[in-house]
Amino acid sequence: MTGDRLTVVFGALADPTRRAILARLTEGDATVAELAAPFRISQPAVSRHLKVLEQAGLISRRRRATANLSHLEAEPLRDATAWLEHYRELWDERFARLDELLVTLQSPGVGDAGVTGAGPGIDGGPDHGDDADHG
Amino acid sequence: MGTTRITAEPGMPFIDIEREFDAPRELLFRAHTDPELIAQWLGPAKYRMQVERLDVRDGGSWRFVHFDDRGNESGFRGVFHGEPSVDGILQTWEFEGFPGHVSLESLVFDERDGRTTLRIHAVYQSVEDRDGLIASGMEGGMNEGYARLDALVGRLARVA
Repeated sequence: MTGDRLTVVFGALADPTRRAILARLTEGDATVAELAAPFRISQPAVSRHLKVLEQAGLISRRRRATANLSHLEAEPLRDATAWLEHYRELWDERFARLDELLVTLQSPGVGDAGVTGAGPGIDGGPDHGDDADHG
Repeated sequence: MGTTRITAEPGMPFIDIEREFDAPRELLFRAHTDPELIAQWLGPAKYRMQVERLDVRDGGSWRFVHFDDRGNESGFRGVFHGEPSVDGILQTWEFEGFPGHVSLESLVFDERDGRTTLRIHAVYQSVEDRDGLIASGMEGGMNEGYARLDALVGRLARVA
């Protein structure tokens, strides 16, 4: 089902030539000939890459006079990077809870029974004080 | 506190996660292998995590279940390879909703001057597996993942 769509987007991003094409399109719309110029591949090969990108929703194409212009669709690309950022935030949250647990474990006089009891209560600690002094 | 560093190179089926903790590695090991302790931090914030099985030995297996507030559950499981120790843990990892897409995770506890750096290196069977598992937020619970996926598919449909 929806997983197929996801496979299409990431399949499109997995190829280095297609990523280079997307990078070129961040500078502005381009024709097939302009996109083929930096690569040692034919215009038909570039067209095939463009078709894959278009099917993934990463670019759109429109006809301008005699040339076909490719245009970057930024949103799916933003989503793809946002997911990695979301993944990092997930681990950040998780490790912040682990920090609190480790502090509890190192507190004098806290035995195993005390640690178990601390479970739900240790969420949402207010201490962000250490963040400021980096380096 | 520590900064979480995540590296995911394009086109490579690996993820590296690194984080320093103000604790000796014995405690990091305990937090990873004591069922009551691991349930306090490893599960996503919005979900209740249940440790169904955590057999910490060479060849031992583990199974965790996340419950969301509507009672939906997501199961995760794996097997330890080699004796888990304060040096590190080597294990397989699989989301039961995506069976067969098993990854191999190594965790290293590197202690210096009473502080311990945790390094996780996860190896997936393909780049698509890696990206799919991150992107769909399966670690965060399936429904959250599907909600974001639905939103993306909606946008893609409008663009196409």
